Amino acid sequence: MANNAPNGTIRLEIFRYSPDKGEEPKFQTYEVPFREEWVVLDAINYIKDELDGTLTYRWSCRMGVCGSCGMMINGIPKLSCAAFLREYYPKPIRVEPLANFPVTRDLVIQLDDFIGKLKSIQPWIVRKDGEKPVSEGVYLQSPAEHARFKDFSMCINCMLCYSACPVYGLEKEFLGPAAIALAQRYNMDSRDQGRSQRQEVVASHEGIWQCTFIGECSAVCPKHVDPAAAIQQAKLSSTIDWFQEVLWPWGGKK
Amino acid sequence: MESHEYDVVIVGGGGAGLRAAIELGESFPKLRIAVVSKVYPMRSHTVAAEGGAAAVIKSNDSLENHCHDTVSGSDWLGDQDVIETFVKEAPDELIRMEHWGCPWSREPNGQVAVRPFGGMVIERTWFAADKTGFHMLHTLYQTALKFQSLKWYDEWFVTKLLVDNGRCQGVAAIELLTGQLHAILGKAVILCTGGAGRLFPFTTNGAIKTGDGMFLAYQAGVALKDMEFVQYHPTGLPGSGILITEAARGEGGILTNKDGYRYLQDYGLGPPEPFRKRAMELGPRDRLSQAFVQEEAKGRTISTPFGSAVYLDLRHLGEATINKKLPFVRELSKNYAGIDPVYKPIPVRPVIHYVMGGVDTDVEGATVVPGLYAAGECACISLNGANRLGSNSLTELLVFGRRAAHAAAQFAAENPALASEKLKAQASDEQERIASQFIRKQGGNERVATLRLELNRLMEAGAGIYRSGDGLQKACSGIAALKDRFRNVALDDRSLSYNTELISVLELEFLLDIGQSLLHSALCRTESRGSHQRTDHTARDDQKFLKHSMAYRTDAEPRIEYKDVVITRWPPKERVYGK
Repeated sequence: MANNAPNGTIRLEIFRYSPDKGEEPKFQTYEVPFREEWVVLDAINYIKDELDGTLTYRWSCRMGVCGSCGMMINGIPKLSCAAFLREYYPKPIRVEPLANFPVTRDLVIQLDDFIGKLKSIQPWIVRKDGEKPVSEGVYLQSPAEHARFKDFSMCINCMLCYSACPVYGLEKEFLGPAAIALAQRYNMDSRDQGRSQRQEVVASHEGIWQCTFIGECSAVCPKHVDPAAAIQQAKLSSTIDWFQEVLWPWGGKK
Repeated sequence: MESHEYDVVIVGGGGAGLRAAIELGESFPKLRIAVVSKVYPMRSHTVAAEGGAAAVIKSNDSLENHCHDTVSGSDWLGDQDVIETFVKEAPDELIRMEHWGCPWSREPNGQVAVRPFGGMVIERTWFAADKTGFHMLHTLYQTALKFQSLKWYDEWFVTKLLVDNGRCQGVAAIELLTGQLHAILGKAVILCTGGAGRLFPFTTNGAIKTGDGMFLAYQAGVALKDMEFVQYHPTGLPGSGILITEAARGEGGILTNKDGYRYLQDYGLGPPEPFRKRAMELGPRDRLSQAFVQEEAKGRTISTPFGSAVYLDLRHLGEATINKKLPFVRELSKNYAGIDPVYKPIPVRPVIHYVMGGVDTDVEGATVVPGLYAAGECACISLNGANRLGSNSLTELLVFGRRAAHAAAQFAAENPALASEKLKAQASDEQERIASQFIRKQGGNERVATLRLELNRLMEAGAGIYRSGDGLQKACSGIAALKDRFRNVALDDRSLSYNTELISVLELEFLLDIGQSLLHSALCRTESRGSHQRTDHTARDDQKFLKHSMAYRTDAEPRIEYKDVVITRWPPKERVYGK
């Protein structure tokens, strides 16, 4: 199949670090063909295939849904499969690993911290009396009930929000935007009864209360999840819990 | 050699692997389970499925209908016992997904909604807008996190099955982070590694779809079944190959040629009016992709910088419906094609999407190697035959992921002993093979990317939508030559930690063998059936080929044998659409 002919070249300055070599991190410059339809990931794949097989990064779906290919592109966390070269051309593009994470190698960051936090918020449906038998069919859920958590369910775990979050940058114990949004996704689901058991983690000091509402998380989210809104909602309902417990003890815990 | 012992080892953390993991965690909580995946599970390609998952749930539908649609969709190459099992268990599986939180789209009364899909006589496809695979994958992953018996090996790449005394007892796997190879032993192993769309240059499949499990089983002596059947999805974006879901047509989208004419009516799928199922744009994928090629030959397609295309027109659906039912289609079209489907038709062309063939298994997911199971796209349980119907595969992951888990758990209970020392010795040999062939190798001048590109081109030229004996013969010689050149491959990257070039070369090694099995199976099938269309043998030949192709690995070319198709209640008939 014919490709569009390249139209000049574009320069990429890419962060390089290899733990095996014991060298200091550095930037390496590559000149790649400029194509109108290429995204930064295409340019990086070109480098890997044609120029330098040692360049190391993650990618898979190249359609903005697997969440693998987040990188700092000119200082802003983005999915490299959704950042078009034409938005930067003819200026050079600087590509770095997502900020706020330990770097494994080149553009690959360590995700373990998030995976642990994800698990800690119990991201599954909790039923007090257990799941009902399949023979009783589905739980009914109106479109309006679905709409209450829908946006929070769109998180692809791409880590752009953690990379943009100044609080997470300073305090790694902070639960962080995506994990809180996902906790809220289940809390708001009409089928779920697990909010009180999630609260121990979410309403702790390391949970929602560290967030200072800078809102960078929502600004960089490629899927419009709006984690800042999730945190706001969670703070509000935790405050109500506190009032109910402390000021109106007869009201009981939800 | 570090080693770890489990009861069951699952390879792959996509839909099938996670469904198997949940079943083991829930029904067999005492078993220790390893989930070994080359990517973090939520990156698995299940994530990219869009349109939906089929199961009979509405009172106007029937199991009989779903069976018949699947049998005829398969061009009678599906095993009917498997199809009946699948159709019967499908509704319970989707209900369980609902219980686990999958955000299925709903009707106003709170019941799940269903939409029409290609080749189905009635609407039965459950959906979560047009991100069904994404929602299913994340629901499964997050649900699986609750089970303490599951040990996650994220970003570990399996290079070989460990087989002793004819029985599979684990895997050799490289930890990407450190580059160290470990022996992960298990009393049973389930392969859930997905398809092999990356054999081809133009595909909806992500980079990770390199047929790993297919190769592992093939190398261990299991046949790859029906590999010649490869699905072209009729509507991909030219250039990138990004999928535009069949749900776009399920919701009423139409396909037109350069003159605005609904050309499918010329290819046995019409007449266009009135709107009905199993007709026109809601015909099966193989027929629609073949119609495109014929329309192209008549000069009635449009040309784009990335090859010819036709139009997928959604404008008449209106902005509200597009936003509600097809938001991802709109996002992808705008971002990657610069087209807003609310105002303009989307240029689309057929694109490699799914491999119907795979690891030969029975209805429990068991292979001929004791202790080895497979499920999902890497398996060929013979649900899909010569052409898969859209929205059957997401359900397939669940039904057969669960069944394989049960069979593997039972096998593990009955076969507790592991030949640990011998297995570890095998893993040591494997580590040495990889080190000497790739990491420490001196000389060699072939690049991974060059060989991969040549393989891609050769597969497309030889085994595209229409095939010929001559073309296949040429491709078979070509791939043999590529395998010779592969011996001369050399890596730029000789590091241990996170060596993605090493993973790429191992994947290429797998693809070369799988591609060869596909080409030889296609060459030997001198008939046209479903997605396998031969220009030199244009008719279906039930006398000779109502059979599954079985490709066995040898030191030279694959050996092709045949196995009967299971027919229960639907004897072979002509495949009719558009009526």
